Amino acid sequence: MTAVLPSVTKAPAPDAPKAARRRDPVRWIVLGGLLVLLLLLVGPLLVIAVNAFKSPADYAANGPLSVPVSLYWDGIVNFWNRVDFGQKLWNSFVTSLTVAVLGVVLSILNAYALGIGRVRGRVWFLVFFLVANLLPQEVLVYPLYYISKEAGLYDSLIAIIIIFTVIQSAFGTYLLTSVYSEFPRELLDAAAVDGAGKWRTLWRVVVPVSGPTLAVLFTFFFIWTWNEFFLPLIFLVSNDNQTVPVALGVLQGDRMMDATTTSASALIGIVPAMLFFLIFQRTLTRGIAAGAIK
Amino acid sequence: MAGRVRNRGYAVYLIPGVLASLAVIVVPLVMTVYVSFTKWTGVGDPRWVGLENYTRLFGDTLFWQSFGNIGLLVFAMAVIPTLLGLVLAAVLFDYVAKRFGDRWAGLFRSGYYVPQVLPVAVTGIVWSWILHPGYGALNQILESVGLGSLAKNWLGDPDYALYSVMFVMVWFQLGYPIVMFMSGLSRIDPSLYEAADLDGATWWQRFRKITVHMIRPEFYVVLVTTTIAALKIFGQVFVLTKGGPSNSTLVPSYFAYKNFFEKAQVGYGSAISTVLTVLIVILAFLFLRLQHRSEELR
Repeated sequence: MTAVLPSVTKAPAPDAPKAARRRDPVRWIVLGGLLVLLLLLVGPLLVIAVNAFKSPADYAANGPLSVPVSLYWDGIVNFWNRVDFGQKLWNSFVTSLTVAVLGVVLSILNAYALGIGRVRGRVWFLVFFLVANLLPQEVLVYPLYYISKEAGLYDSLIAIIIIFTVIQSAFGTYLLTSVYSEFPRELLDAAAVDGAGKWRTLWRVVVPVSGPTLAVLFTFFFIWTWNEFFLPLIFLVSNDNQTVPVALGVLQGDRMMDATTTSASALIGIVPAMLFFLIFQRTLTRGIAAGAIK
Repeated sequence: MAGRVRNRGYAVYLIPGVLASLAVIVVPLVMTVYVSFTKWTGVGDPRWVGLENYTRLFGDTLFWQSFGNIGLLVFAMAVIPTLLGLVLAAVLFDYVAKRFGDRWAGLFRSGYYVPQVLPVAVTGIVWSWILHPGYGALNQILESVGLGSLAKNWLGDPDYALYSVMFVMVWFQLGYPIVMFMSGLSRIDPSLYEAADLDGATWWQRFRKITVHMIRPEFYVVLVTTTIAALKIFGQVFVLTKGGPSNSTLVPSYFAYKNFFEKAQVGYGSAISTVLTVLIVILAFLFLRLQHRSEELR
């Protein structure tokens, strides 16, 4: 595990100007191609944003590509009120935050035993967590649905929180174990000399030192849980419990959803995701690489 | 064996994780495999039928169709983004960063990554809006530039629906390999490139001989993770087409979902998800072995 935090693309540009002047046309063609691609990838979201602020009449008259005649907030406000979007945001937030915290804690405990403690059979535990990480949720869903009904947890955020804590921590354990198996022994020994037990060593030495990796895990767990669709769709059936993706997903094809309302609904689904992206961007781009090289 | 003694007493830390995994992963997995050998509506007791669900499955044209569709989606979600991402990452790293500066390369990378951060359900909404036959932006654009005859019911026509979904998946997936490959490229010693330049190597030669060779580890990881993601695809299909029209975009996970929750054929649904799971696990281990071998060869 050498690539926990690789420095992201630092290409030195020593004698760039000379080479650049020689191949001017190619240079601009490449840049143009990349810009067109960027437009293709980001464009759909811009079109959505533009149309979310159009009145239905404006849309009918001018089509999807014009700039709104005036900023029309009613589509967004009406949609927000109709689906009680504040409630959905809160449900998503509570679920994602709890899962991220509990998932990181569970990953720490597992990885402490496997990576630093090197308990017997660690290879098999690791294989188990790797496979658990690969399993399609379809193969777990019906029994989970059945059990949670029996346990009275169906249609509650608690069931979703428990399930995702375990699923996310399978990945977390796998990643964190490889980080902890290279944890500097001197630090552990020093803690032992100071008379710290295993529990103290974990929270006073291991966790602070691995802070950056834990931050990456937290970010991943939060965003992954926020974006989950399949299990929440099945478990959170009543309106009051739905998360953002479920609330938006089940409304598709609804007869009330005309062009502008649909783009309004998409926009209020995009905004929180983009906010997280901007907030977590640094951790995220580093972290994607972290999962890569074992 | 001081190490042995020192390592004692860590097993307790594994207890919560093991108990939680038993409840949420092991027990449900075993239950699903068991139920796949029974007939069960979800109410009452399952009735043992042996291999009946599996024999029915292998004779079911819908099953084969769903796996055929998944093959095309692997192409759209794993093969195309990986290859395209490889070229784009190399261009950004080795051309744009050097001639325009790191800032531009970073900007493109972040921009290309944006579709990846959206919830899949939202991706589905965005594209079903754009591809809508009545008010969708794509058909209106085609009409406004005089290509109205090309306008189609992109998601509602069985001949085009799967290709539309494939296109959306390429759009969604492309940013991931770019980010992965660019971080892999940052490991390469710049002197390698300089040496190649001195030898008069063209950009394409350097790309093939140095870039592709050096980021092999990332290449495998991207290929495995995107292939598995394609095999598991559910959300986009649910929101874009619900497997239709006339099952032209049916995928295994949605097929299983329908049997579980719409047709109350829990035994049959379990058989579908068991087959899918076996396929994913086999693929993952094949990839791991391949990756292992290629590392040994180096």
